[in-house]
Amino acid sequence: MKRVVITGAGTINALGQSVPETLEAMREGRCGITDLEFRDVDRLSIKIGGQVKGFEPEAIFNRQQLTLYDRFTQFTLMAAQEAITQSGLVFSGELAATTGVVLGTAGGGVSTWDDNYRSVYEDGKNRVHPFVVPKLMNNAAASHVSMQYNLKGPSFTVSTACASSNHAMSQAFAMVRSGMSKAMVTGGSESMLCFGGVKAWEGLRVMSRDACRPFSANRNGMVQGEGAGIFVFEEYEHARARGADIMAEVVGFAMTSDASDIVMPSKQGAARAISGALTDARISREKVGYINAHGTGTAANDKTECAAVADVFGTHADALMISSTKSMHGHLIGGTGAVELLACIMALRDGVIAPTIGYEEPDPECALDVVPNEAREVKVEYVLSNAFAFGGLNAVLALRRV
Amino acid sequence: MDVETKVREIIAEQALLDVEEVQADSTLESLGVDSLGLVECIFAIEEAFDINIPFNANNPEESDFDISSVKTIVQGIQRLVDEKTS
Repeated sequence: MKRVVITGAGTINALGQSVPETLEAMREGRCGITDLEFRDVDRLSIKIGGQVKGFEPEAIFNRQQLTLYDRFTQFTLMAAQEAITQSGLVFSGELAATTGVVLGTAGGGVSTWDDNYRSVYEDGKNRVHPFVVPKLMNNAAASHVSMQYNLKGPSFTVSTACASSNHAMSQAFAMVRSGMSKAMVTGGSESMLCFGGVKAWEGLRVMSRDACRPFSANRNGMVQGEGAGIFVFEEYEHARARGADIMAEVVGFAMTSDASDIVMPSKQGAARAISGALTDARISREKVGYINAHGTGTAANDKTECAAVADVFGTHADALMISSTKSMHGHLIGGTGAVELLACIMALRDGVIAPTIGYEEPDPECALDVVPNEAREVKVEYVLSNAFAFGGLNAVLALRRV
Repeated sequence: MDVETKVREIIAEQALLDVEEVQADSTLESLGVDSLGLVECIFAIEEAFDINIPFNANNPEESDFDISSVKTIVQGIQRLVDEKTS
């Protein structure tokens, strides 16, 4: 088994259009959730979100590219450029032949679906652009990254709702750990902040109209976000031999299925994923200093997640820190685990624990150290990243300081 | 059709019961309607009466809409229907 390290990271999300900008916002506990701006927003009852603003695709991509790149692909390419540039890797020969792209997304090109349905149903048009299908398909982002960087190894897209990115990164980790690939590009992206995307979520009645307040007794739902997080996972000796800057080590993962309900989370399913990741990483639970929570800010998730953590960690649950950065960047659905992995890297590399902002009232059902409202400087050795999806599909990653 | 009859029909359909089994003092729990079924009921009622029900699945107790029994649901809907027509 090979060791796997992270040698590049990139992002774009409501907190910033690069990793340094995003980490600075997380350190400061800044909220990126604002009033949504897009067509027909006045017909929505939910009007807030972690929307990426000040991003002008027309200034970055040419006209031909724009006809092929949905917003989720644009986000992916921006983040991939930052990550791959940072890694310093250039892909050719054997390295190119075995390096692939495994990404997560739940919805793929949602705004492309939305725009073209509008065109044929509302505007009564009988013809759509020839590239609608290659633009909206869930694997479009992974394919464009592979084409742009000459990545000819195993590439595909994982779609497991809110756990998509963690499933994708787990898979990429397993490929490098097994020796199958020297490096993998992984992470995920989402862009559902358009009329149809938000309207669909509204229907479920789990969205907050004012703020995402994970673990707070007065929490009243989730807030959607958008963006991408992309990483370069590389085999340790390969990275060391070329003197790469190593951000953190990925040491284990676990995936479980609740096999119970299509929307309600299960404590057992979550707990099995958390303890499974510890077993896979061969670490004792006392070593874990921080957990980046799934922490959606819904009544159901937060209490179930806290109960699962308490079950797995026993008395150590009171000693570790657990925070949800969704309070700042919103819930990026299929891209969320990827952006949240940045908080894990910041904890390990910089010794800064991102806070859960918007925390107002303690909830006895979430009685853990949720790092309320202000970042904390603490050195930690091991961290976990939780993701628990609709459909009862869970994926947890374990990382270590290098 | 009056509000109570329609609401009982909608709940009965969701609970896979006969309308007669949905009584004024029935609770959704006693009828076997779970949280997802409740959200579906609310949607069907909104469609039937063309109203918006202020309901948040995160904190049903704190929503400005009482779902503790079939009776309170009917009262709440009657009020919204009256507000709409007045």
